[in-house]
Amino acid sequence: MQLADAIRPRLRINGHHHRVLARWQVGNRQMAQAASLAVVAVVMIPIAYLVLGAVSAGQEGIDYLIRARTLRIVGNSISLMTAATLLATLIAVPFAWLTSRSDLPWRRAWLALGLAAMVIPSYLTAVTYTEAFGPKGILQSLLEPFGVDRLPPIKGFAGATLTLTVVTFPYIVLPVRAALLHCDRSLEEAGQSLGLNRWGVFRQIILPQLRPALSAGMLMTALYCLSDFGAVAVMHFNAFTRAIFIQTESYRMDKASVLALLLVGMTLVLLLLHSRMQIRGRHYRVGVGASRHLEMLPLGRWKAPALIFCASIVFLGVVIPLLVLFKWLLGHTLTNPIQVPLNLLIHNTVGVSAVSALVVTLAAFPLALLAARGATRFNRWLVNVAYAGNVLPGIVIALALVMFATQNMLSIYQTLPLLIIGYAIRYLPFSIGATESAFAQINPRYEEAARSLGLSPWAALARITVPLARGGILAGLALVFLNVMKELPTTLILRPIGFRTFATRIWSAYDEAFLSSVALPGLALILVSAFALAIILRREEAIS
Amino acid sequence: MSIQRLASLLLVAALCCFVVAPALGDDVLTVYSGRNESLIGPILAQFTEDTGIETEILYGGTSAVANQILTEGENSPADVFIAQDGGALGALAAADMLHKLPAATIARVANEAFVSPAGVWTGLSGRARVFVYSPESLDEHGLELPNSIHDLTGEAWRGLVGWAPANASFVSNVTAMRVLLGEEETAAWLADMIANGVQAYPKNTPIVQATIDGEVVGGLVNHYYLFRFLAEDPDITATLHFFPAGDLGSLINVAGAAILKSTDQPYDALALVDYLLSDTAQAYFAQTTYEYPLVASVEPSVDLPALADIETPEIDLSDLADLQGTLTLIEESGALD
Repeated sequence: MQLADAIRPRLRINGHHHRVLARWQVGNRQMAQAASLAVVAVVMIPIAYLVLGAVSAGQEGIDYLIRARTLRIVGNSISLMTAATLLATLIAVPFAWLTSRSDLPWRRAWLALGLAAMVIPSYLTAVTYTEAFGPKGILQSLLEPFGVDRLPPIKGFAGATLTLTVVTFPYIVLPVRAALLHCDRSLEEAGQSLGLNRWGVFRQIILPQLRPALSAGMLMTALYCLSDFGAVAVMHFNAFTRAIFIQTESYRMDKASVLALLLVGMTLVLLLLHSRMQIRGRHYRVGVGASRHLEMLPLGRWKAPALIFCASIVFLGVVIPLLVLFKWLLGHTLTNPIQVPLNLLIHNTVGVSAVSALVVTLAAFPLALLAARGATRFNRWLVNVAYAGNVLPGIVIALALVMFATQNMLSIYQTLPLLIIGYAIRYLPFSIGATESAFAQINPRYEEAARSLGLSPWAALARITVPLARGGILAGLALVFLNVMKELPTTLILRPIGFRTFATRIWSAYDEAFLSSVALPGLALILVSAFALAIILRREEAIS
Repeated sequence: MSIQRLASLLLVAALCCFVVAPALGDDVLTVYSGRNESLIGPILAQFTEDTGIETEILYGGTSAVANQILTEGENSPADVFIAQDGGALGALAAADMLHKLPAATIARVANEAFVSPAGVWTGLSGRARVFVYSPESLDEHGLELPNSIHDLTGEAWRGLVGWAPANASFVSNVTAMRVLLGEEETAAWLADMIANGVQAYPKNTPIVQATIDGEVVGGLVNHYYLFRFLAEDPDITATLHFFPAGDLGSLINVAGAAILKSTDQPYDALALVDYLLSDTAQAYFAQTTYEYPLVASVEPSVDLPALADIETPEIDLSDLADLQGTLTLIEESGALD
């Protein structure tokens, strides 16, 4: 489960104690530590500037913090997060079960199509929903014969919740499905023999085994909702990220910093609550005997409703966005006088995503090494700080880096390196997670054997460890690539003058209602992302 | 295998990206534009073609770009600032960040109401604030055309009006309200509009689109956006309504340009400003973006009331400089929530 491992958000309060290698050379460790320190120093920049920015607001900042309007933003974000996470869970669990444990026809196809919602960025899903479900949208025109001449506005809480539910539910499906596939069938048989019916088996036997996966997936979804900018911006829902963006655009950095710190604080509280609630029970097999193979449960008369359920999810998540984009592409919409060649957009988007993915992977390498092979208190602390990207939404990182560059390093303001640093801080956790779990799966004895046969520590690393961990490292690389490509707020704020990507082009075209200019980059972005996700998922299958 | 292929692809792409990355020389003129690229981009490209002066252009909202220049201060890389309204230019003039323009440049503009009294910015094109509406929707809801923007807070218009509260043209309209009506009455109007379910859009074009689609009956916009739609689809029935009797809804404003004091290329910067006031550029504004040209030698292209015939409220454009005050008022009203 590389992907689920990599995206699993962690606040490593009680870091795992991996085996500390006695013979892991001091020189190696020092090199890895020095490199990690350098990376962590960069990660600290936004945190430091955020605190500085908020402190410089002083009393005014405190007044701003406790105003009714600010509190309403907190309320908005919490209610959006709660609603979307619960809804996503409600559709993700049955979807995961149907695609892993039932005799649903075309299970693999439903799964792939359901997960495809992940490749459509939230802002793109949101803009297509405004067209589909707006007061005079496509849905209304279908309902027109029934006397519905106007639908209530989709913008606001409803639209933001709908969008985030649809784009985040795959993050729950992935870990839950993996857990379902690893459930021990003999437990279920024991339950049945003791008189439980199917529902009883699910509730009392399967569900408890799913809890770790479910809570990880729900946490991931909740974090996504708090940090997402695109859906709330398009849907005009005043959650934190939108409020921060408005302040940043007006260059009111002190107010923006106050809001950003508050958001980071909320994210931290969420992670702390989650780690407190972690159930410490055992979920793995004990005792002898082979774990029984899974059998697919026959759906019987539930087959039709199950098919309708899966079809509706795929329809909402993938079909509607694609339909609307094709409608805009082929239909009559306002012509954009500014034509940007598609190959320039591809060049910029793929180029900056590839460079960022490489930078992140290289930066994650020493940290993953420390996490897997050199678990001292100090090293764990370093790795924990490097996970800061999990609690720093893109908009917050961008805000802090603008303050840093304009105040102290004007030479990198509005340059590609600053943009790439922004991406790197945000997505470092993905790469560390994937690389570390790959390292952890390699028995250190291989390295010891190589050393005893005369290889230097570095040669052992390069010729034994890295090739063995290659798959995990590349999965992390592809994951970062996929996410950078879809990223919107950091790109909007930190990009060099005149630098256009798919995301910025879609954003500015939608702003001016040049809908065909939304459609082409949108479809191209979905295509390239689907390609990256297919590579990640294929590796997933190969492992399990 | 495919992962290895992906990795090599990524590497190649990465190298390309850096090798082909555009070399940024010092001789590139940096333009900060608060006007949409779709309006000003083509003529800026034409400028480079005609004069050989290379430009790099930062696009953003006028208020955002003005704030960015104020924040960057002396360090701003900007040479020229192009704004969607006179208020933002006034804000930079008030901060003493603008270079004085030569009298010959200023003299191109026929009406001196459309240039800075101190000669530090010039209008480039004129526009009127109007109410765009669809006559069918108006009939359908049994509504009458509003005589004033104050009519739009009435119950009959609940949920049927669009505005773009973060857009610079709207912001300067609100600044004008503050100047003429005072803070309290302006705040009350904003609050009443919001309480009446006004629909917020990011910019003017989506308001016109929403009017055409019937999502709203009408909206507060600049006059020229509708003509873009009409040029592509003459069957569109949406039309413009000028608020009568000097109502604030019919404010005339300008898009304008200024040269930053901190520029290192004053001559290229001036060449751009002069170019934008040339007959070529003025004809572009008249014929392609459907605005009012400001030089005497070029005529407006679409069927519009003459600028002088619009009953605009009595106000001096350079009095609209308190950008921050208006932005705060709009934010406090909850219009951005």
